[in-house]
Amino acid sequence: MFKTTSLAAIAVAFSTTTSLAATNITWWHGMAGRNGEVINEVAQKFNASQSACALTPVSKGTYEEALASGIAAFRAGEQPNILQVFDAGAATIINAKGAVIPAEDLITKAGYSFDRAAFIDGVRHFYADSEGKFVGMPFNSSAPIMYINDEALKKAGVEAPKTWEEFEAIAPKLKEAGFIPLVQSQLTWQFTENFFSRNNIQFATNNNGYDSVVDTKLKVTDPNLEMMFEKLKAWKDEGYFAFYGAGWNDNQKVFEDGKAALWIGSSGSFGGLQKTATMPFSATFLPYWSAIKGAGTNSFIGGAALFAMSGKSDEENKCVADFFQFLTSPEVQYFYHRATGYVAITKAAYELAQKDGYYKEKPVAEVGIKQLLLPAGEWSKGYRLGFYPQIREIMEREYGRIFSGEATVKDALEAIEKEGNELLARFAKTAG
Amino acid sequence: MRGRFKDQGQQAAAKRVQFASPFLPYLFLAPQLAIIFVFFYWPSVQAIQSSFYLEDPFGFGSTFVGLTNYADVLKSTEYFGIARFTAIFTALVTFFALAIGLLLAVKADGVIRGNAAYKTLLIWVYAIAPPVAGLIGMMFFNQHIGPLVEFARWFGWDIKVGLDYFDTAFAMIVVAVWKQIPYNFIFFLSGLQGIPVSVREAAAIDCRSELRRFWTVILPLLAPTAFFLLIINVTYALFDTFGIIDVMVKDKAANNPITLVYKVYMDGFRGSDLGGSSAQSVILMVIVLVLTIFQFRFIERRVHYN
Repeated sequence: MFKTTSLAAIAVAFSTTTSLAATNITWWHGMAGRNGEVINEVAQKFNASQSACALTPVSKGTYEEALASGIAAFRAGEQPNILQVFDAGAATIINAKGAVIPAEDLITKAGYSFDRAAFIDGVRHFYADSEGKFVGMPFNSSAPIMYINDEALKKAGVEAPKTWEEFEAIAPKLKEAGFIPLVQSQLTWQFTENFFSRNNIQFATNNNGYDSVVDTKLKVTDPNLEMMFEKLKAWKDEGYFAFYGAGWNDNQKVFEDGKAALWIGSSGSFGGLQKTATMPFSATFLPYWSAIKGAGTNSFIGGAALFAMSGKSDEENKCVADFFQFLTSPEVQYFYHRATGYVAITKAAYELAQKDGYYKEKPVAEVGIKQLLLPAGEWSKGYRLGFYPQIREIMEREYGRIFSGEATVKDALEAIEKEGNELLARFAKTAG
Repeated sequence: MRGRFKDQGQQAAAKRVQFASPFLPYLFLAPQLAIIFVFFYWPSVQAIQSSFYLEDPFGFGSTFVGLTNYADVLKSTEYFGIARFTAIFTALVTFFALAIGLLLAVKADGVIRGNAAYKTLLIWVYAIAPPVAGLIGMMFFNQHIGPLVEFARWFGWDIKVGLDYFDTAFAMIVVAVWKQIPYNFIFFLSGLQGIPVSVREAAAIDCRSELRRFWTVILPLLAPTAFFLLIINVTYALFDTFGIIDVMVKDKAANNPITLVYKVYMDGFRGSDLGGSSAQSVILMVIVLVLTIFQFRFIERRVHYN
């Protein structure tokens, strides 16, 4: 795999050096493995499709590292043209007015028309400003979905659960059949942020932080969230749920190896999972609690968006706009969707995939987009919270303490709320 | 360091060297001073300055907040928890790395046949970069495939690195010590070989107990080396273990133990909170300053160089 990655990188680098007359633009991202390779392929396709611009993608490690490198580079005046910023970092970059050129402005200035309605509903708000103008260009969009080990369910003679109540009913049977009933890979995204979306519960004041940074406060001591974690803890104690720490892959591995029956992953995991899973699998929506009134709404968009950094020449900005156009074309979207499992972000691309019969062949690939297209609720469109990567770190710490027995659920959630609110207050001061 | 091993005649000769121009010595010093200035003084001044400001991540505006950043750090119970772990971690890593390094050096010094092979094998590990050491350590302690985890299971200990605070701390200390042993080994070995044979023979005539000879003759003669290594090891445990920790917590610290310098990184680079992170790094600078003064004033007094 190393070989193919480096070969692809060399090929991309080579293609940029050969086109001497072209305007060079750079793209920093936080993807690795198969998803990183696909980025190189997308760049190669773009470079081959035209000769005016040459795009070089550079992997900066993880999402967090890509954002940190982008910020450091911006302060030094060495920023890339395009920076990939993940969902949790959205508030950081959107609130830094002047760091980025809103994608919509960039595209219209380059002479293209921009149609917000061309994008599927779930992705329209998360990276947009309060008027709905796209600040970031949604790129790799994902939803937390539940992957199913088909053999395990067959062996236990049960159906995949739609709700957590149904899961509770089948968990003993799965355990009896010799499987770990449930694993997950990211408690923050899947069991906190999307818990609020999927069950339609308010996450933070000020309209989940969208309206203002001033005096925004978390509402994680919500009794429903407390109940969710009490359940997870109880399930773990009974052997219905296994937890291998905050690392994504440590938890995914038991599912890949066929030891777990259900795994909450990302719709974007599909590309890799097709290669690594040792058993047949399918997928369905992230479960919700039928006991919670109004639950079952859509999940908000996860993944990351591309931001056009400011301080670049008009020529380069034109190239970035060209690339964004290229990226949102149905063909490229469909290619990316197939190669990675991230959802198609435009309606046209979704229709193309349907027409092509892709979902008949691979029904798992449609689960993420279908979940995003579920009816929206008042609180299902996500959040915009400053210093959120740090707040996630606090959550990871406290959730870890719950499962290692160092803290009770109540204490952990109170600690998250207290420290998180302190960070939000600090962020309000820096942004003010 | 090297000066210590020269005899006094050479040192006196070195002092008598005269330069033709009074500026020449400064010219020779300039490259070193420039490096120290660029990589130490200048960032330090910047850190002190930004520790008094609250700044947005992209650097568009900053507000003077006085000592608020310090107050926020020192109010946090989490911070004190991390400081406590750092102190324990540093003490244990320094102690075990020095003790095992010394033991191996003494034993290798006694080996006559094939001693080059032993020495090379022991020094080898030093060439491994900290992140690689962390990766290897992580594989040994991997929850799913780690051989050390399997081994511990025989004794009924289910090691869960990344999940259990104590287990992760244990794994971190083991890897950090393992990485530092070769370095200490090299210095202790060269220190041992610097002890004149005549002294050893004289001691052997006076005292039959090898252990006692080690405590009363060899160890005091090794004291300058040991003192130097003490400072190096404390600095290593405080700062250079960063790579190991980063790899071992896999980018997600969660409820795992971390050291103060890792917290500076997390808040500053990952969390984009430059003011708070700077305040922490200034606190860390003060700690190191106090520690160094303490070491030189109270421990070095007991060290005899000649």
